[in-house]
Amino acid sequence: MSERIREKLSILADAAKYDVSCSSSGGTRKNDNKGLGDSHSSGICHTYTEDGRCVSLLKILLTNHCIYDCAFCVSRKNNDIERAAFTVEEVVSLTINFYRRNYIEGLFLSSGIFKNADFTMERLLKVVKKLRLEERFNGYIHLKTIPGASDELIKEAGLYADRMSINLEMPTESGLKLLAPEKSHEDVKKPLALVQSQIIQLKDERKLIKSIPKFVPAGQSTQMVIGATPETDKDIMHTAAAFYKNFSLKRVYYSGYIPISNDSRMPVLGSQPPLIRENRLYQTDWLMRYYGFHVNELLNDANPHLDIDMDPKLSWALRNLQFFPVDINVAAYKMILRIPGIGVTSAQKIVQARKFGRLRIDQLKKIGVAYNRAKHFIVCADTPYQLKDYQATQIKSFIMAESQSKYLKNSVQQLILF
Amino acid sequence: MIYLIDGSLESLLCAVFEWFEHKPGKVSVQLGSQHQPDAFTEVFLVHKDPKKADRVWTGLQKKLARGWMRKFYCTFLSETPEAYTKLFEFACYIFSNSNGAESNYGNPFVLAVAQTARKVEREKHRMEAFIRFQHTTDGMFYCGIDPDFNVLPLIMQHFKNRYADQQWIIYDLKRHYGLFYDLNKVEEIEMEEARLKTNYKPAENLLSEKEALYATLWKDYFKSTNIVARKNTKLHVQHVPKRYWKYLTEKQDVL
Repeated sequence: MSERIREKLSILADAAKYDVSCSSSGGTRKNDNKGLGDSHSSGICHTYTEDGRCVSLLKILLTNHCIYDCAFCVSRKNNDIERAAFTVEEVVSLTINFYRRNYIEGLFLSSGIFKNADFTMERLLKVVKKLRLEERFNGYIHLKTIPGASDELIKEAGLYADRMSINLEMPTESGLKLLAPEKSHEDVKKPLALVQSQIIQLKDERKLIKSIPKFVPAGQSTQMVIGATPETDKDIMHTAAAFYKNFSLKRVYYSGYIPISNDSRMPVLGSQPPLIRENRLYQTDWLMRYYGFHVNELLNDANPHLDIDMDPKLSWALRNLQFFPVDINVAAYKMILRIPGIGVTSAQKIVQARKFGRLRIDQLKKIGVAYNRAKHFIVCADTPYQLKDYQATQIKSFIMAESQSKYLKNSVQQLILF
Repeated sequence: MIYLIDGSLESLLCAVFEWFEHKPGKVSVQLGSQHQPDAFTEVFLVHKDPKKADRVWTGLQKKLARGWMRKFYCTFLSETPEAYTKLFEFACYIFSNSNGAESNYGNPFVLAVAQTARKVEREKHRMEAFIRFQHTTDGMFYCGIDPDFNVLPLIMQHFKNRYADQQWIIYDLKRHYGLFYDLNKVEEIEMEEARLKTNYKPAENLLSEKEALYATLWKDYFKSTNIVARKNTKLHVQHVPKRYWKYLTEKQDVL
């Protein structure tokens, strides 16, 4: 018995690992029934795999049997792999026992589509209902919405899950049509919109009647595979921005494509996953969500791709030197946020601290500003007087000379003539 | 001048009271047990007085918002020798200035308290993440830890809320005390030296029958959720520093 469950866990965890969503934040469930589990608002990463990704949820598929044949997916119908399926009880007891030992924050449950969408969704629903109602489990549950499942099932699942998500798979409709002809972005948009409208409706009702249950309190997220089809960074981020706006998503995840098949439409087996590009996309995502950047400022027709050798904030600053230098002691918070080398916490500290006197270089360094990077863009109380204005390329070479990129194996520093 | 305290919060607060009573000028605060006398500096042994300590604490509460009171307490729990002087200077600075002085991050003591508190909170969060309970035959979930800072008081509420229906013990092996939850309330306990030898885990023969199975399943899961093509050891070690590996069930084969 234990051998079989080990085997199943290995197969179904292996199949689920390409889903990058790991967050366990935003849950608001309190342990008020003397049951098991209590959400931690900022989430907890209980461990990290050797590839450096966090493990906070038990991320498994209910089954990897699937009726679809999407070229980018390991569980596609025509792939010759071992298949397995968990029973409802097995998933529940694994979750509970892992949770009790403080291994995990909760469950991330996804599934291949077997028979049809409704049948699959019903099974997922059974698992979450058993966890919440019978086991009195208050931990985090992330549930995949199965596109094409009936509205009633999705609405019911939303009462028990903390977060729901549907993967966009490819950043553009044409890319998706190329690799997964049976799917479309419309199938994703419909359930996303349904859950979003329910969240808003039940939130409004809760304001009037306290007993209205919570509905997907941690919101929705989605995921795109990048590097499998030839989209530009601009296509990707504009799609992401539109989904953030239209469906008030909490997160969009970008997953660098790891070659898994010899399909001629995609990168060949053994080629490196686009890790730097993925990193740059996440940086852009953060700039959009926390730093007040509009996607058009970072990626537009003139700059459809992100720089590989420097982060998007620095490259924006170098393209827009007319805004700099910024005087730290008088500039608005929004402008301070845009200075390369200053993050959200440093910016907040600067705004608070400057009320007590003009800030000096040594104070900025202690506050946590990456001064060697920021010094080209700021003026503070004791900034040395500078006679000459530097060009963007010069500032770039100064910064690149000092920084060591973890991605560049050997330096590609070019000599400057002027 | 040096004020000697005994390391309790009460004596630290009394030191602040003492300073405002006599205003002796520049003062540093040291633990009485770690003090090395020298020929020139004057030394004053701070006497504990709960009334004085209370007055200073309520005074701080009037001056500082809850978030800052927590930072103050966290810095105290760091138990580092410098922390006491920093807290002392910070409290004196707060009392000598008008409300809102705590947001002056240009002040070295404000910054020091904020940064030390951050370190302690990080350690607290790591304990919430890296503690791995082991289920014993008598139904107890046990874990022994030796955190860098004294974080047990900070993690108590978290574990109490989370594991409300199971008995658990978290034992600080470095500071020789632990927390025991008996399904109703959390108590501080001290275990006799003999049982301490079991270290981070209970002895094999005390483990419940299913414990080994779930530990194996968890190790399996940890292996299969890894993507080999993305291997990044540097990042891995950055997130899970090696000194914590001894707690982690999934890392036991590696050690």
